[in-house]
Amino acid sequence: MATSSTPPFTSSEQSLSSTPPTIDIRGIVCRHGAVTAVDRVSFQVRRGEFFSILGPSGAGKTSVLRMLAGFEDPDEGDLLIDGQSMLGVPPNRRPVNLVFQSYALFPHLTVFENVAFGLKMRRVSAALIAEEVRQALAMVKLTGKEVRLPAQLSGGEQQRVALARALVNKPAVVLLDEPLAALDQQLRQAMQVELKSIQEQAGLTCVCVTHHQEEAMMMSDRIAVMHQGRLWQVGSPREVYERPRSLFVSRFLGVSNELPGTIGPSVGEDRMFQPSDAGQHPFTVSTLSTEQAGRSAILSLRPEHIRIAKDRPSTAGPVLDGRIEKVLFAGSDMKYLVRVAHDRVWETRMATGTSPVTFVPGDAVYLHWSSVDARLFYE
Amino acid sequence: MPSRVPSSPPTKSPCRSCWLAAPGLLWMSLFFLVPLALVFAISFASRGTYGGIVWEFTSANYLDLWHPLYGKILGQSLWYASLTTAICLVLGFPLAYTIARSPARWQPLLLLLVMLPFWTNFLVRTYAWMIVLRQDGLVNGLLLALGIVDAPLELLYTPTAVVIGLVYGYLPFMVLPLYVAVERLDPLLVEAAWDLYASRWAILTRVVVPLTMPGIVGGCVLVFIPSIGSFITPDLLGGARSMMIGNLIQHEYLVVRDWPLGSAVSFVLMGIVMAAVALYYRHGARASGPLEGR
Repeated sequence: MATSSTPPFTSSEQSLSSTPPTIDIRGIVCRHGAVTAVDRVSFQVRRGEFFSILGPSGAGKTSVLRMLAGFEDPDEGDLLIDGQSMLGVPPNRRPVNLVFQSYALFPHLTVFENVAFGLKMRRVSAALIAEEVRQALAMVKLTGKEVRLPAQLSGGEQQRVALARALVNKPAVVLLDEPLAALDQQLRQAMQVELKSIQEQAGLTCVCVTHHQEEAMMMSDRIAVMHQGRLWQVGSPREVYERPRSLFVSRFLGVSNELPGTIGPSVGEDRMFQPSDAGQHPFTVSTLSTEQAGRSAILSLRPEHIRIAKDRPSTAGPVLDGRIEKVLFAGSDMKYLVRVAHDRVWETRMATGTSPVTFVPGDAVYLHWSSVDARLFYE
Repeated sequence: MPSRVPSSPPTKSPCRSCWLAAPGLLWMSLFFLVPLALVFAISFASRGTYGGIVWEFTSANYLDLWHPLYGKILGQSLWYASLTTAICLVLGFPLAYTIARSPARWQPLLLLLVMLPFWTNFLVRTYAWMIVLRQDGLVNGLLLALGIVDAPLELLYTPTAVVIGLVYGYLPFMVLPLYVAVERLDPLLVEAAWDLYASRWAILTRVVVPLTMPGIVGGCVLVFIPSIGSFITPDLLGGARSMMIGNLIQHEYLVVRDWPLGSAVSFVLMGIVMAAVALYYRHGARASGPLEGR
């Protein structure tokens, strides 16, 4: 649980199986002029895995994808696909296909011709092309639209053509660049489910670049969080969400309610935590850390772990005084913004209908949570 | 954006602002259509003994054009113009592509450089080519100095000189529409083709050329039309052997003073140009059909 504020993440995962990982990236560096877009990044992707690179814009994730596709070459490091180094191999000789963010469908070719393009370039026989394209279009539910031009399709249909155009080639890896970013919210959510089921059905290995944390968590087997050109954490969606190793990851993957303070003496298996704000009482935190007492730390809590009460809870455990600042109704959720210090507002979330009590702004409340849900980060 | 739906133009009353076109229409009918009709009429008249026009209907002028000499000039003109168009396309496409793909802040300057020759009179520029190509000109001087040739080449007053002059004169007409077409071509489409196993040649023939076809057709038309009708270039650089239709028309009007025959030649030239343009556009429309309405 202890973390430092520096990001170097080293890929300590070992692939135990004898087959090489589908993708093996070893310390790649990519510089754009004076800017280091990708800084010593290493990770592996297993066969059949949906792997997402998540990060804010400018994190360098698109550069990683472009190096996988072959449009850019790393300045340092190596990049292997199915055990073969891809350095110096042009995009048309790589067993990967990219689904572009803007789809990049050929406007002068029909849906059929767009999907058939890769097979045609590899001189597959016309009969086989017809069959493969038919299957691919059936998979993305576009049967019957073969003779349409891209301009005659809706955004969602264009997205499917782009996907079919990549997966029809049965590449070792399908690269997805913000695949659903151009779709509206409802279509986007439907496509998340569909893309995931197509990926599982076809057994595709996917590397997806996105800045959308919810999308990454819903679709991915594993997520790599990238920031300022470096990988900060790699793990399953649950792992990176529930056990972030740094404040950045904690903040980027969801709401992080934070409270600065100092760590105190041990109390059984827990440690005491004294919030910096004078008005708050110390409480316990569950931590394995062996830091010295007196060290300053930041406590972080997910909104869904916090409960609100009108009266001081009788149970022993962390409690914080607060005052309701704002009540936001968000359909299935009720969001309460609670002021816990003069310069600090926390966000809590409660499913609508689960709590009989409702609060109004100005109410004095107690926030409480289980000490195992809070996480500590040291500066 | 991919989700863009082609919008149909509003179908209001078709001719609410038609009167705006009136001055231009009037100008064109007075100074273009009327003289053209006059020339058309003259082409069916006969030449008087001392060069005047005798208003007697005859199709003899057109029949005269079947003479092998005229046929040769006609064929020569078509050949020079086609060759010029082809050379301009081969030279112009890489140039236009490079300009359109260079940093945006450089593009206006590069386009200006392409158009720079237009700032000087065409006649003057053609005379300059005479200085370059003549026996003791720059090209021969250079070739002799480098020891590539022993005796000066005969460059001026050859078909080669005519085509060089035409290519020089009309290359910008090719580059500009091509630049526009390439500039509109999404670079991601090239990357997509590359990612889908296309070789460089396949990217060119299957993606770049089809998608820039409107520019290719436009450039070819813009070069072919002035090339086939040109008379200054073949007159100054070609000499008597490299006569083109333009020279023939000038010759008939101003030297022989046979206006009816000159008019007939003019209309044959117009027919050829219109046929060529129709051919180009039909081909262009087919090749770039799906792009209409972009």
